[in-house]
Amino acid sequence: MAFFFAQFLTGLANAAALFLVASGLSLIFGVTRIVNFAHGSFYMLGAFVGVTLMEVLPGAVGFWGAIILTGLAVGAIGAFVEMVVLRPIYRAPELFQLVATFGVILVIQDLALMIWGAEDRLGPRAPGLRGVWRIFGEPVPKYDIILIAITPFILFALWYLITRTRVGVLVRAATQDREMVGALGVNQAWLFTGVFALGSALAGWGGALQLPKGGADLLMDFNIIGAVFVVVVIGGMGSLPGAFIAAVLISVLSVFGVTYLPQSTLVLMFVVMAIVLIVRPYGLLGREEVAGEHGQAGAPETPIRPYGRVGKMLVAGLLALLATLPLFAEQFVLTLTVDMIVFALFAASLHFILGTGGLVSFGHAAFFGGGAYAAALLVFHTDTRMELAFLFAPFAAGLLALGIGWFCIRLTGVYFAMLTLAFSQLVWSLAFQWRDVTRGDDGLVNIWPADWLNSPSAYYYFTLALGVGGILFLRHVIHAPFGYALRAGRDSPRQAEATGIDVKRIQYAAFALAGAMAGLAGGIFVFSKGSVFPTELEIGASFDALIVVFLGGVKTLAGGVVGAGFMTLVEDWLTRLEYWRLLLGLLIIAVVIIAPEGIVGSLRSLCTQIRGSESEVSK
Amino acid sequence: MTEILRVEHLKKSYDGFLAVNDVSFSVAKGELKALIGPNGAGKSTCFNMLMGQLKPTAGTVWLDGKKITGLRPREIWRRGVGRTFQITGTYPSMTVIENVQMALMSHHRKLYAIAPRAWRLYRDEAFEFLKTVEMEDQADRPCSVLAYGDLKRLELAIALCHRPRLLLMDEPTAGMASSARIALMQLVADIVRDQGVSVLFTEHDMDVVFAHSHHIMVLNRGELITEGSAEEVRNDARVQEVYLGGGTLFAEARNA
Repeated sequence: MAFFFAQFLTGLANAAALFLVASGLSLIFGVTRIVNFAHGSFYMLGAFVGVTLMEVLPGAVGFWGAIILTGLAVGAIGAFVEMVVLRPIYRAPELFQLVATFGVILVIQDLALMIWGAEDRLGPRAPGLRGVWRIFGEPVPKYDIILIAITPFILFALWYLITRTRVGVLVRAATQDREMVGALGVNQAWLFTGVFALGSALAGWGGALQLPKGGADLLMDFNIIGAVFVVVVIGGMGSLPGAFIAAVLISVLSVFGVTYLPQSTLVLMFVVMAIVLIVRPYGLLGREEVAGEHGQAGAPETPIRPYGRVGKMLVAGLLALLATLPLFAEQFVLTLTVDMIVFALFAASLHFILGTGGLVSFGHAAFFGGGAYAAALLVFHTDTRMELAFLFAPFAAGLLALGIGWFCIRLTGVYFAMLTLAFSQLVWSLAFQWRDVTRGDDGLVNIWPADWLNSPSAYYYFTLALGVGGILFLRHVIHAPFGYALRAGRDSPRQAEATGIDVKRIQYAAFALAGAMAGLAGGIFVFSKGSVFPTELEIGASFDALIVVFLGGVKTLAGGVVGAGFMTLVEDWLTRLEYWRLLLGLLIIAVVIIAPEGIVGSLRSLCTQIRGSESEVSK
Repeated sequence: MTEILRVEHLKKSYDGFLAVNDVSFSVAKGELKALIGPNGAGKSTCFNMLMGQLKPTAGTVWLDGKKITGLRPREIWRRGVGRTFQITGTYPSMTVIENVQMALMSHHRKLYAIAPRAWRLYRDEAFEFLKTVEMEDQADRPCSVLAYGDLKRLELAIALCHRPRLLLMDEPTAGMASSARIALMQLVADIVRDQGVSVLFTEHDMDVVFAHSHHIMVLNRGELITEGSAEEVRNDARVQEVYLGGGTLFAEARNA
């Protein structure tokens, strides 16, 4: 019983930092409606800045002073990021903002690497709080008790700020109706900057406060962001008490998870989140959010058309080039092209559900990696013929999508995105922790194609036929009644429902189709590499696909394909550089701000403009 | 006259506030009936309950003798009820004619087809419906560039697609110029006469209401206060009170 209680206290102490970071994220989302993926980066910055300051400032005053200063410093950095990166894109759809914050993550990662180096830092012990207190005979670190004591005060202070002050009134008003607050003469830009700075400062404080327990390292940002999102989603987006309850729930659960179910630590959190969202779709204390209220960026989407003569010739030329490539290209070019086609098919399947369906999925890698794993497991454990195992990839991924979609489709917007993320993490942790079957991070190896495909050019043509065939098939579906019905449900769900369209069912079918096509890409992938590792299922893999779709342009299927080609080339080139993340991050941010319609979209508007001015001249 | 729609004791309460209280009425076949009342009277709430967007707290809705209360909008649509909204809901990423084709694809149950090209399906049929509302010259324009009045007409064309027995129109002429209002309602009246459709509509413009409807019902504060011909309603003391003074909304405005 005493041990039980001590465990509980450890959980409560862990909740302190988690709550600080989560409340910051929640505040930022509540007011600006931006899902700030870079929030974990501010937490990491807090840890590094805190360590540096604590080394400089002496004694107990220095320790606590350093923590306070850290928050202020990180808050200032947050304000800077908000003004430079986010202010220009508040009117853009949330996907753009997400991608921009993802760029910020990359930039901060490399900046931290430059400044603090790759070595992990141990956090200093808090002066005067080094030992343990005995509670019912069990040792509990003094610092834990202090953290447990501090947290309610922080919650109270935030609650006071939000509910009892003028600033709080403005923040709450902006949470409910930004436009009205703006119309009433409140300077929204500064309100947003202020809230973003406060949210970042909270993340910074979280990072600094946990130093004596954890320290600082370069993986902190991704490690905490999953947990923070889970907390915010379970608590309800924008609800501070909800974030507190969820932070305690998750921290305590994971402490007990480590003790009693060490095999399931990674899954546990996401299982809890999935259950909460299924029972209460908007979190414990959250209210329904109208996500996606801005719709598309820029001009409204133009009606889709079959390609004109120029478009058809371009596609035919590209296909002819691809078909003759093995005749003159070196082998590494073929390998790179296979990667490109696989990625393009994966991106096209995400584009189908995201662009045409309007469903922003954060977990699409679950189907790509799921398909790859399905085929690999079959080969690895039962020595199935390659052809059969390959067919199993899209089939299994489609079934997985039917399973996951059954839970997710009922939600919309940010909550849909979060639940897909949770499920993909679940699949990832299965691959990572169920070592008996999946061999964990050793991966499944020796998954080679059948003899008749076992030469670079043979597999290249195999990839070309299925990859390009898959992309063209998706394109055909978009132009078929099913694709139109999907678009109708995105454009105006109310009108669609009032004219006999079962929007959710159409979306469910589309989700399964997108999953199967991603699985097909995964199948091609696994036999081209000969192996598969849990990294293919990571959040990062899902985000690569999101970035690609966005880089190319959300509004056109060609966007995903062009984006995938672009990204494969850029990554191949950039990853040879030391600070490639910094460059990629800056590139992403630049595209978001300068060319929000993506590569294809921007090219198309440019063409229309040129054509428009020409026709004016000819008049 | 046989009735197409019968509503009995319809009621909607929000946390004790009665938005619609014990409303009963019927619409006869081939009838053009108006439901009027001041802002907040409960007209749209009524409509949303008839079409399934809202679940009634109590009461029953019968369509042609069959109970439709509690069905979803798409199920009610399949039974032959069309609807236009106060704020238009069209698909901005499609052309005008594709908007109509979409409804036709739904009507012909082609929604899950992945083989045919959608823009070739039912194009001629859709063109005929656009002709009905005099929109044929705009068939291939993107829906996102239409003027508001044209959107309203397009919505009407879409609502006619599955040859509805009953058409529910929520403020069909809101936001239109007065000449366009008369033209649109004349169009609706023609459709009622030629195709035998029954229409129930809400409206704020009294000229439109008195010129075109066969019967008028007046709703105030969630309750039906009277029903009758244009003449009867015009001379009803309670209606005059609601609209010309003494009505709650006006009284509040005066005090403010």
